[in-house]
Amino acid sequence: MRVLGLDIGSRSVDAVWLDGDRVVRRAVADSGFDPQAVAASLAGRDGYDRVVATGYGRHAAAGALGADVVTEIKAYALGASRLCPRARAVLDIGGQDTKVISLGAGGRVLDFEMNDKCAAGTGKFLEVMARALGFGLEELGEAALAAAGSVTISSMCTVFAESEVTGLVHRGEDRARIARGLHDAVASRTLGTLARLGVRGPLVFAGGVAKNAAMASLIEAGFEGEVVVPEEAQTVGAYGAALSAQSR
Amino acid sequence: MTADTTNPYGQMWEELGLNLRSHCALLDALGPMYANAFLSQASRPKGMEYFDFVISEIHGLRIKELQEHKAAGGKVVGTFCLYVPEEVIRALGAVSIGLCAGVEWGTNEVERYLPRNTCALIKSFVGFKLGRVCPYVESADLVIGETTCDGKKKAYEIFGEMAPTYVMELPQMKRPNDLALWRAEIDRLVERLEELTGNELTADALAKATREVNDKRRALQRLNAARAAAPAPISGLDALLAVQVAFYDDVARFTQMVNAVADELEARAAAGEGVAPADAPRVLVTGSPMAIPNWKVHDVIEKSGGVVVAEEMCTGSRYYDTLVPETGGGVDEQLNAIAAKYLGINCACFTPNAGRLDDVLRLARDTKADGIVHCALQFCAPYQIEAYSVEKAAEAAGIPVLRIDTDYSAEDLGQLRTRVEAFLEMIEPATDVA
Repeated sequence: MRVLGLDIGSRSVDAVWLDGDRVVRRAVADSGFDPQAVAASLAGRDGYDRVVATGYGRHAAAGALGADVVTEIKAYALGASRLCPRARAVLDIGGQDTKVISLGAGGRVLDFEMNDKCAAGTGKFLEVMARALGFGLEELGEAALAAAGSVTISSMCTVFAESEVTGLVHRGEDRARIARGLHDAVASRTLGTLARLGVRGPLVFAGGVAKNAAMASLIEAGFEGEVVVPEEAQTVGAYGAALSAQSR
Repeated sequence: MTADTTNPYGQMWEELGLNLRSHCALLDALGPMYANAFLSQASRPKGMEYFDFVISEIHGLRIKELQEHKAAGGKVVGTFCLYVPEEVIRALGAVSIGLCAGVEWGTNEVERYLPRNTCALIKSFVGFKLGRVCPYVESADLVIGETTCDGKKKAYEIFGEMAPTYVMELPQMKRPNDLALWRAEIDRLVERLEELTGNELTADALAKATREVNDKRRALQRLNAARAAAPAPISGLDALLAVQVAFYDDVARFTQMVNAVADELEARAAAGEGVAPADAPRVLVTGSPMAIPNWKVHDVIEKSGGVVVAEEMCTGSRYYDTLVPETGGGVDEQLNAIAAKYLGINCACFTPNAGRLDDVLRLARDTKADGIVHCALQFCAPYQIEAYSVEKAAEAAGIPVLRIDTDYSAEDLGQLRTRVEAFLEMIEPATDVA
């Protein structure tokens, strides 16, 4: 049976086709202003017998594509534990939320934490800050990684931090040091969430922000256990959604 | 606006001094909210039709009854808290009405008086008064506040500039000297209400009022006991609504209608009929009060496939769980019993408050809850902080907890749905996990 897993998120729509246990195709597209249309067009690229959706658009996809739905929490738990069977926890920093999941046997969710409404410390935060600094999103991470030192950013609210960054730029502070400071702030907040849930490694770091090398190295440096960033970090949710069809 | 000129209650609302345009907007918002949360539910008990009717007439028929009561020389007394003894109000011939409000209203105006980081419930009742949209507040001859949380305590000072307000001092501990203070506060209340109503409190009237209010609480106990059945015979939304309405409705009529629903639920339970599949995850909700029309968290839980089987909150078990002993005797003796019953309620404004933890765990056991949702209003420090102890106690008892801090707005609904769905996935039987 061919199963399509779709993760319809705020920033990207990710698709993974499974044939039995084998991944036969992956695709990622920008969510744009009509994520459901993007999801439908991705789904049309290849055939499938069943489709399972996760992410913010999951319920809309249930109607439009006849998809079953699972939450991102369950999808990331299943996907991460299949990619790394030793994993005890998952960290996902996505476009507008951050999730920490504590894993039991077989990818079972033991506990989880997720930001409640504000997008502080998520991919969106980094995107807004990149714009304020005149960087592209990838350049922001590269600059942070290469920076000689860091500036303390005291605000985690996207609106306040943007003002803070603007203030630093006007004072002539080095852009790369500010970029590093922003990454430090997000990493410190994320490590706090990991500590609050008391998770142990190995920790699978997934989601779009895991591709940011500066962030990955800060999480690795600050977390007490092993951190695994899978090659397919961005499509872990879609992979997990597809896997969930097998267990239904 | 057009509705008010043709509405049969238009003149009454105008005489109460309501802002007709805003009031119309409020009612226009309430209708669809109710329809969306309640009327979309499957296999509701037939007896809930009464509650549909009550809500459709919430600013109409019930307000008309209050005006008739006032025209006959009776008084209307508004309250904001379970600790204010309704038996006493009733025994003096006044009607007791709960004034808590559960919808964002006039935020810009409210924030001229209150800090932004005030809880939604306080902002809402001040907003209703400032906006002149609540016919209950406008019908009240006296409003009784109480020193529970700091937010309410200080807000009553401001509210007192807008409406006749009387504040009871509620102690924050439960030692013998606290009971003595509370007992004296009840004497002060009696004095103030005697002055308001022109009546004198008699032992017979107090015994009768106590019996009637106990009957109301007993009816709610029956309705809620039936929720222990699997499948649950009534949704959490409908059970919550019944308690919310208990603060407004005519006591005898309400008692009769709730007993009718309880009859139906007991028959359903016996026949194994329910509103959700027998294996739907069962959730206990505990935390800050949920005033009409705050149905947000119950709605999210039940639309996500869970079923709420108990509420440990002021609009829940804290209201009906305990009765005033019908000891008879003189006024003093009866007031002693009333003081003790009310001080026994376990609100998070008390310290320590271990009784609430016992209540939560007992209720979870009795209703076979698979998980607990702790739901505090944002900036409601007593419940937000006490969530830690609830979580710890539940963890020790092996019951998973989801902690939600929220308000009356819809801005966090996306994240809230994801968190609640993931929690339900986590607590449902493990059959679908590899």
